[in-house]
Amino acid sequence: MNSTQTALQFEIDKQSFWKGLTPFDWVWSIVVMLGTAYAYVMYQDLMDVYEKGILVSTGVGLVFLGWSWKAMRGLSIAVFLLSILGISRYVNGLSDADTDFFLRFLVSGQSAVMWMSALYVLATVTYFIAFFGRSDFAGKVASAMTWSATTMGLVGLMVRWRESYLIGIDVGHIPVSNLYEVFILFSIITALLYLFYERRYQTRALGGFVLLIISAAVAFLLWYMFDRQADEIQPLVPALKSYWMKIHVPANFVGYGAFALAAMVGTAFLVRATADERGSNGIATALPDLDVLDDLMYKSIALGFAFFTLATILGALWAAEAWGGYWSWDPKETWALIVWLNYAAWLHMRLTKGWRGKPMAAWAIIGLFVTLFAFLGVNMFLSGLHSYGEL
Amino acid sequence: MTNQPTTSIARGAKTSALLVRFLGSMNLAITLLVALSIAAIIGTVLQQNQPYTDYVIKFGPFWFELFQQLGLYDVYSSGWFLFILFFLVVSTSTCIYRNAPNMLREMREYRENSTLETLKNYPNTYSWSLNSTHVEVLDVTQKLFQHNGYSARIKEGDGHTLVSGMKGAGSRLGYVLTHLAIVLVCIGGLIDGNAILKARELLGQITTETRNLPADEVPGISRLGVENMSFRGSVSIPESRESDVLFINYKDGYLVQELPFSVEVKDFRIEHYLSGQPKSFESDLVIHDDRLAEPLQQTISVNYPLIYDGYSIYQASFSDGGSELELLAWPLSGSGTAQKKLETKVGDDLQLNLFNESWVLETSNFRLFNINPSDDPSKKFKNAGPSVQFKMRDKTGEAKEFLNYMVPVEREGQLYYLSGVRSSPAEEFKYLYVPVDDAGGIDRFMNYLHALNDKTLLMDLAAKQNVTGSSLPSQDSAKFNEAMVRLVGVFLKSGMNGVIEQVGKNVPTDKREDVTKLYVRVIQQMLGAVYLDVLAKEGVDVSLGVDEKKAAFFDAASAAISSIDRYGSPVYFQLTSFVHHQASGLQIAKAPGKNLVYPGCAMLILGVFLMFYAPQKRMWAWFETTEDGIKLLLSGHAVRDNMDFSAEYQQLQAQFGRILSP
Ligand code: HEM
Repeated sequence: MNSTQTALQFEIDKQSFWKGLTPFDWVWSIVVMLGTAYAYVMYQDLMDVYEKGILVSTGVGLVFLGWSWKAMRGLSIAVFLLSILGISRYVNGLSDADTDFFLRFLVSGQSAVMWMSALYVLATVTYFIAFFGRSDFAGKVASAMTWSATTMGLVGLMVRWRESYLIGIDVGHIPVSNLYEVFILFSIITALLYLFYERRYQTRALGGFVLLIISAAVAFLLWYMFDRQADEIQPLVPALKSYWMKIHVPANFVGYGAFALAAMVGTAFLVRATADERGSNGIATALPDLDVLDDLMYKSIALGFAFFTLATILGALWAAEAWGGYWSWDPKETWALIVWLNYAAWLHMRLTKGWRGKPMAAWAIIGLFVTLFAFLGVNMFLSGLHSYGEL
Repeated sequence: MTNQPTTSIARGAKTSALLVRFLGSMNLAITLLVALSIAAIIGTVLQQNQPYTDYVIKFGPFWFELFQQLGLYDVYSSGWFLFILFFLVVSTSTCIYRNAPNMLREMREYRENSTLETLKNYPNTYSWSLNSTHVEVLDVTQKLFQHNGYSARIKEGDGHTLVSGMKGAGSRLGYVLTHLAIVLVCIGGLIDGNAILKARELLGQITTETRNLPADEVPGISRLGVENMSFRGSVSIPESRESDVLFINYKDGYLVQELPFSVEVKDFRIEHYLSGQPKSFESDLVIHDDRLAEPLQQTISVNYPLIYDGYSIYQASFSDGGSELELLAWPLSGSGTAQKKLETKVGDDLQLNLFNESWVLETSNFRLFNINPSDDPSKKFKNAGPSVQFKMRDKTGEAKEFLNYMVPVEREGQLYYLSGVRSSPAEEFKYLYVPVDDAGGIDRFMNYLHALNDKTLLMDLAAKQNVTGSSLPSQDSAKFNEAMVRLVGVFLKSGMNGVIEQVGKNVPTDKREDVTKLYVRVIQQMLGAVYLDVLAKEGVDVSLGVDEKKAAFFDAASAAISSIDRYGSPVYFQLTSFVHHQASGLQIAKAPGKNLVYPGCAMLILGVFLMFYAPQKRMWAWFETTEDGIKLLLSGHAVRDNMDFSAEYQQLQAQFGRILSP
């Protein structure tokens, strides 16, 4: 082999996905698969064939996610350990939440969500401090807080899942069944999407902007909790008792989260573009270039659109089983269609007419309001078949 | 003259080209998307398919008429909405017709004929002068292209070699899939929607039925035969009964849809959570069909429908299936009238001639359980037992609605029968608390009430009282006794409040307090005397007074009697026994359009992901041998995704650079 051949081989090996996997990656995959197998064996009696399929796919998906985004491994392990701690502290039933130190102050579903809330708000403030103070260190702290908040949010959901079964085996269900629970999910998914792009684009300047919407979600969550006792675990109405919920709701919230991210990047875009037009070289120039923001906005809407399409279709299939028709023009369904058409129009304008710049950023922000109405407004103002979370 | 045909052909070609351009234009597409969204917003803001009377009340006759003309009460099957959908189908189809051939060609094209000029003009271009061999460069190019996911074609040109690489052809396919999917879903949706029904209505083949008729009396013009391809309707079938029709709500009425088989509900079961919310409901169905060797049995529940012969049968709801009830009607006024036994069924209207008045008793619902939050901290919930809901309509057509519980509930240590009443569904129920006696019945209460209505008895008892404490002349005392009895009468008619009101009207202010006190005392005393008399007649020994329980009963009974006028019904109905029958609410649908919609959905998902995540990218390596060795040009081009593509290009460029050092 001559030197060219060696160099070629070297390049090819370097880039190879499989050869790039470290021993830790392999340990990771084995641990996840063992965990999945354990859950399968332990709980197979409680699952139907679809739910088993979902469990196995989640396991496999998590392995790949951990391989391609290494930070997910740390997150998963932290969530796993803390959740196990939480679950294992419940010995005498739910009342332990009031007496056990760990549950009360750290890892009961409720406490973990409180930690999540506090950390997201703190992270928002810290991101802005980092942004205005141009402080790298503060930025790192803010990232760490966001990661921690996300961890606690996931722990909260996991432990809550268990808690629902402690109420009664027939009450137990995955915690994505009402507004309170999906607000937690929304915060977590939006944060994760942001964290992914934070690493990808190597900038923390957008953190404050994105976390602003998460803080707003947290504010709603807290109001909902204190004013309406929404955190109480309620049994499911018959129509919601289906494996479809496990895929429809998360897919929907990847969509909502991505649309929220796009809107906040759109906001940053407007700030930066306005500053550039004025020729100012103030703090706004610490934001990424317009090209980058535009690209990120597009990617985010594309991701949201893809998942929203998936979620809406899954919803239609579910409706076909639960309500007797795949489409009933129920307000929630109809608003999902409106959201979808809106972003379809956005994508067409960008791709086929080449629209760029401020109008598209503004449209992305308007899109969030449309989304928000579909997500909340419908429950508040319109009545329909969707039975979860009446305000 | 000779060239006229050609011009008209040319003109025709030109018009159709224009039409295609218009129909396939992005502006039209966006306009349609926006129009569809606006229609959808209207459809959600204005509640659809409500009874027309509700709309009249809401909007007034003028706007009601206008909105009805615009089809706003059923937007999604209105003509203009279907028109927009139709146009979207046409527009998208045109768009596919125009773009798909290009897209599919591009998928397969490697652009092997690109000139050096073109390649140099791409933003991602770089060139090297190398002292490698032709073979080496070709080999490296092929391997690197392949390794980075580009499939490649090699073309030997005039003194040069061009390796053309491409990946992400899927995005082009994605475009076709996505847009084709839209067309399929819309067409399928139109088939399954109300469009066909609407057309038949316009042709005068059907009209809706608005009267409340038994299914078999609905005339043919409002019936849809078994040949109807697509519908969605519902029917409520009591246990152990069957139905071979269903009802489709349409506009301000309904249509009857016939089935080629009949569905029997053998059994309906409902399970509850501890909190009383329904946990699951399911029906054991039997399908009777001549085409079947034997009836088909299957249990369905929410989320688990039965698909039979292209018909999907869903568990949708439940209701009472005509429970048989036995009621005792107790008169609340007059004396000595005995209670009367009645038998009725939920859903029936019973003509009544009770205690000299005629009414209709419309029994609307029976519930086996009523689970409410408990005030007892050790238990979260308590079951208030069966209840019956009915309306009593008098001759004038006015109705009061009642909600009566069968088993007594406890309140502050005393058991009561509860009966709620209201004059309109918008109101909350106001409750009458009828106390339960020692024997667990309501006889004592009724005896007491009737005794209070018995003038002779009252006169008798009044004479035995010595209220003023002084010995009045007998004439005066007779007057006073009459006054006492009258007072009791006022109390019976309008309660203690009525008595106080009367004092307010007839007595000067300065004496009001004294008189009120006196009246209250008199009434108390009379009530006490009547009560003791009732007890004595029951055979209770009252010579030493009454025990605490009987005293408490007296207070409760007197309070109940005081509130009878608010209760507003001359009768109290006691639910004494029942036979519970449930009905299962089924939804039956035939939706052949889903054979287009479902594949369309799969194509849509696949197409969208392909379009976003397999963007088309191209790389070219152009090299030729010159006197100074090899000259290599690497160019890249992608329609979209420019930032990512530049990064990818640079990575490839760097790899070339590192491997083939100049
Ligand atoms: C409800 C209707 C429609 C939906 C949901 C839809 C959806 C989409 C989506 C998701 C994309 C991909 C955007 C991207 O790659 O980022 C796209 C691209 C496109 N659509 Fe549509 N579309 C619809 C109707 C139409 C119509 C009516 C036309 C014709 C005027 C059209 C023309 C195009 C074109 C030309 C592209 C760009 C393809 C490319 O360059 O890759 N679309 N559409």
